[in-house]
Amino acid sequence: MFTYSLKRLAIAIPTLLVLIVVSFMLMHAAPGGPFTSEREIPPDVLANLNAKYGLDQPLWRQILSYVWGIVTQFDFGPSFVYKDRTVNQIIAQGFPITLTYGLISFALAVIVGVSLGVAAAVRHNTWLDYIAVGTSIGAQVLPNFVMAPILVLVFTLWLGWLPGGGWQGPEYWIMPVIALSTSFMASIARITRSSMLEVLTSNHIRTARAKGLPERRVILRHALKPAMLPVISYLGPAFVAMITGSVVVDIYFSTGGIGKAFVDSALNRDYAVMMGVTILVGALTIFFNLVVDILYGWIDPKIRY
Amino acid sequence: MQMTRMLATTAMALGLAATAQAATVPAGTTLADDQTYTFWLLDAIKSMDPQINTDVEGSDVLRNLFEGLYNEDGNGELVPGVALDHTVSDGGLTYTFNLRDDAQWSDGTPVTANDFVYGWQRLADPANASEYAWYMELMQVANAPQVVAGEMPVDQLGIRAVDDTTLEVTITTPLPYFPQMLVHASTFPVKQSVVEEFGDNWTQAGNLVGNGAYTLVEHQLGERVMMEKNDTYWDAENTVIAQLTALTINDSNQALTRYLAGELDRVDIPAGQYPRLAEEYPDQAKSTPYNCSYIYMLNVGEKGPEALKDVRVRQAMAYAVDRDIIVDRILQGGQRPAYNWTHWAISDFERPALPWADEMDQAQRIEAATALMTEAGYGPDNPLDLRLQYNTSDDHEKIAIAASQMLKAIGINITLDNYEWTIHTDRLQNQDFDMARYAWCGDYNEASTYLDLMTSYSGHNNGEWFNDEYDQVMADSKQAEDPQPLYQQAEGILAAEMPIIPIYHYANVDMISADIQGLPDNNVNNTWYGKDLYRVAQ
Repeated sequence: MFTYSLKRLAIAIPTLLVLIVVSFMLMHAAPGGPFTSEREIPPDVLANLNAKYGLDQPLWRQILSYVWGIVTQFDFGPSFVYKDRTVNQIIAQGFPITLTYGLISFALAVIVGVSLGVAAAVRHNTWLDYIAVGTSIGAQVLPNFVMAPILVLVFTLWLGWLPGGGWQGPEYWIMPVIALSTSFMASIARITRSSMLEVLTSNHIRTARAKGLPERRVILRHALKPAMLPVISYLGPAFVAMITGSVVVDIYFSTGGIGKAFVDSALNRDYAVMMGVTILVGALTIFFNLVVDILYGWIDPKIRY
Repeated sequence: MQMTRMLATTAMALGLAATAQAATVPAGTTLADDQTYTFWLLDAIKSMDPQINTDVEGSDVLRNLFEGLYNEDGNGELVPGVALDHTVSDGGLTYTFNLRDDAQWSDGTPVTANDFVYGWQRLADPANASEYAWYMELMQVANAPQVVAGEMPVDQLGIRAVDDTTLEVTITTPLPYFPQMLVHASTFPVKQSVVEEFGDNWTQAGNLVGNGAYTLVEHQLGERVMMEKNDTYWDAENTVIAQLTALTINDSNQALTRYLAGELDRVDIPAGQYPRLAEEYPDQAKSTPYNCSYIYMLNVGEKGPEALKDVRVRQAMAYAVDRDIIVDRILQGGQRPAYNWTHWAISDFERPALPWADEMDQAQRIEAATALMTEAGYGPDNPLDLRLQYNTSDDHEKIAIAASQMLKAIGINITLDNYEWTIHTDRLQNQDFDMARYAWCGDYNEASTYLDLMTSYSGHNNGEWFNDEYDQVMADSKQAEDPQPLYQQAEGILAAEMPIIPIYHYANVDMISADIQGLPDNNVNNTWYGKDLYRVAQ
């Protein structure tokens, strides 16, 4: 498994390079540039700007020096729009914020989602099942951009319990986590439930029960692990979706997270920030897919690397 | 919509009001214990470097962290900042500013004329690549174009420190509104030793040294900016608000909710909500004129459609748009219908009498428009197809839909083209449009800030309507004793030629906490300073 992981990481490097080159080309193909302004900038001034940020160089040289800066100094360059910050500084400020509420949401979604799903499957066709299914469908049809304003309306304006946005301490984390985690929680609950229902009718569970094992042990030890397989394959992309999908949370709760920076950089043609965040998200995607693959092996002994 | 406001002021005489410094709290007022002010930012502050910033919101923050030669009061009149007063040479080309000797940086060192020289040179310096370098050229500072182009060293720029408290600026053409341009943040002084010590990081909290009434305590990008009263500021004694906080909230409805929950003291009111809020909170909802005009620019240039080269079609289109519906039903925030280019609240400006605006009602205009279209060869069996381009925004979309229906009534079929802002701007500047949404915000409080844009040499005349007579009128206005009649003449040419369709004049529509006093109520550019504010006990 160790050599497998090494091999996967080795493939990650060319994958990232392809990602860099393709995003770089796509980005430069979009009309306008970082210095497009309603007040058109005079040619002299624009020439100075392009020279300062290296945009006067041919594209291949820009890509080369960009990649060189990353490889040799881990330097993602200066932001073209937030001009007194570097991309490294912007990511260093925004990413921990996104990661904080992302991880909490992720943990909450997994714990509550799996519990809800298991409970619903075990108590199939009882009131508990109906409540669990009803809640998860409800949570899934309520997108976070609808949920976020409702949360602020209720908890900030009406009840006055929580600050309506910002990022100053744990009380600021609550609403972003609720808004971000519910739909993932609902998906996990539904996947767990259907997978669990399938596993519960399989032969090895019947055997376990026939052996007279306590129901608790049957569920937790023999049914849960195989039932997790589809859930795990959902979790890898889900985690990345949480990070990239955090833009709604950033907009409605003013967290200062990286999701908003990602979208803004695309709209502002802030090439450097956009590249930086793209590489970050790309690397995360590769990493979590690897984690998922390794988890498969642990859960299902039939899988060999 | 991104608006870049450069400068805010009223045309004024050279005599400066010597009073009206800092917060003027009327006698007998009980101040609240909590002297904080929290305001709203739609977007993250892009830069806190005065010579790099290009945004209105950035300028709002910079005016509190730095101080230029002059400030503005609540009526937009100039009041002393670091400069106490100035003299102008015969011919109006040399300005000599007399600086106060008690101005200090937040590290306690004195602010000198050299700090201004350094700031202005930075703005023009190609190595610094400031987007606003052209502002030096707009100010007509001597040698600015050559310095920006890298043809002359920065020390050749027309600014010089005679001694620590005397600053001399040389300009190339007399500009009656030159002092007003000094309110703009890009002319603020910066401290050379700090910039050189920290490089690009000099604007971070902890590094930043300013000369304004507040110092930077915290800047979480996209989250908040916190500023505290600066005790070394020369008028700190009269500064009442102890803490200024700017919260970034990207959604205007969310900002309003948080205002109502008491988290902010000032937010913009989203379109369409002013009537309800004004009724519910009459002491908080405020609408004041704001120095921007909203138009549809017509492409009459080579790449534009043939039909728009016909003045009758352009007039018919302008007549057909019912502006009352747009301001009363869509915007609903005290904006005014526009029948001309220059904002109505610009000081000393009076719109010339325009028959189509003053004497006709909408039914008559439609009738005239239909006749013009028939005359131009269009009609129900020969409709005109045009594309209307606008940048992504609910309001622009609503107005575009309404306008397309109004134009349909005179036989013009409009296809709506929505682009995100950068692409919209790029297409506009490359003349890839038929008609396009455009807004211009005045650089200063004088009509030429609008009218200059329509000259053939302005660089912003994206519709490529070039008119020699208009150019001549605007050139004459620079030399005229009283330019106002020439401005009226220019507006008259625009009304006859109709290269743009005026839609409405902006208003600032805000919710402001009832206990906050000292915000400008009669300043068309809404330039405000934290040091002028105070919170009364309720």
